[in-house]
Amino acid sequence: MISLENETLTLRFPDVHARAACEISFMRTLRIPDDNREYPLPPGLGQFPLRHVDDHADRLPAAWKTHGGVFLPMHQSEAMWISFYRAYPMALKVAAGKIDAVTGEAWSRELSADPQNYLVVPGQPWLDGFCVAKGTIRQFVAMPLGKGFTAEEQLTGKAEHGGLQIVAYPMKASVYKELFERVADVRFAKAEIEEGVVCDAAPVAEMGLAPGGLMRQNIYGDRYGIDAWDMSASSRCFVHLLNSAQYFAVTGSHAPTMPPTAKDYSDAGLPWFEHYGGDKAAVDGARKLAGLHSVAAKSWQQGAPLTGNEPAQPQVVKTVGGRRPVREGEAL
Amino acid sequence: MTFGSHIRARRERLRCDDPAFSVRQVAHRIGVEPAYLSKVERDQVAPPSEATIGRLAAELGEDADVMLALGGKVSEELRRIIMRRPQLFAQLLRELKALPDHAIAHIVREVRDGDW
Repeated sequence: MISLENETLTLRFPDVHARAACEISFMRTLRIPDDNREYPLPPGLGQFPLRHVDDHADRLPAAWKTHGGVFLPMHQSEAMWISFYRAYPMALKVAAGKIDAVTGEAWSRELSADPQNYLVVPGQPWLDGFCVAKGTIRQFVAMPLGKGFTAEEQLTGKAEHGGLQIVAYPMKASVYKELFERVADVRFAKAEIEEGVVCDAAPVAEMGLAPGGLMRQNIYGDRYGIDAWDMSASSRCFVHLLNSAQYFAVTGSHAPTMPPTAKDYSDAGLPWFEHYGGDKAAVDGARKLAGLHSVAAKSWQQGAPLTGNEPAQPQVVKTVGGRRPVREGEAL
Repeated sequence: MTFGSHIRARRERLRCDDPAFSVRQVAHRIGVEPAYLSKVERDQVAPPSEATIGRLAAELGEDADVMLALGGKVSEELRRIIMRRPQLFAQLLRELKALPDHAIAHIVREVRDGDW
């Protein structure tokens, strides 16, 4: 089951294991410059508000009611990341507009080992975008559906789904007990479970996620093997992306403000981040995703260059382990 | 409010806008005799079966669980759930009975997964 508590999706599988839970948050962040240079990880600027579709169904597209799930507000060309906390080991599939963010293939519910089409948490600290090459992603950037920017539209030619789709499979209880509940491993297990994981995503009202700037980030391979996951137990959620202006009309609440530009953030001497992943192996990038046009490239093609896209010079880059610090944007 | 008076009030409200909600036509659509439905509405007979209440709820746009509760019944689905662990569920319900609605809603509220 999935519940919404304090702007966080909490996934629980009590039938699998009493500890089988994982929290997912969607974090505001800078849009990194989309200039074909690789950037380190941008900061977190606080959580996006999440709301049940069912609570506002009369003001949302009919299809959203059919999909169920939750929605959140994003400004056009804003980016975001998704974080995973206190995770019992789970295999997570993340798609944008029903395009797999790891492989670029059309959405399917099933896990695949070759190519690996899922993230493993804890262990995968965050996912900031589409996996375009080994160790490189293109940041998730929210763009309106129907303008040709989103990965969905570029790969399928249709502006049909938008949003984000997530499905989670918990580790089999028998595997968990063997790996984490033996007395000798208690300390190790605790450290593993409490490690945070973060993913980046970007939404909009009848909006979808488009590939933005390049960022250094590994999508780590599955060190447990696909047989470790309990395919008989899964939970999934459709996360709709609502334009910030529409968000007020729908909910009566204001969406968070637009984050600062990457240049302004860097010029202020504020930190960027690198993740130290040790010797964990990374999966290859997806050829389909590597062939996508970025938001800046598409904007240029359409004769309306992307604003706020000036190159940034990260002056402070901090190496972090499990969790990326979250900074409140209003402090800037 | 009794089961009969509730459905009669609901049906009459719908009938104000749509004559298809006469006793005769509603009875026909849910598969019972008009005379029987009329007696049900006047509480002259016991509430109908779970299946009939389900059809009546759908017809009148009502929540089937609420209608069953008004009729003093528990759905077969809930009965099966409770009978699997009767002691545990009895204890759970007793502990929940004093909680305010918002606290109970917090316990049961899930993010609904739809069709996609």
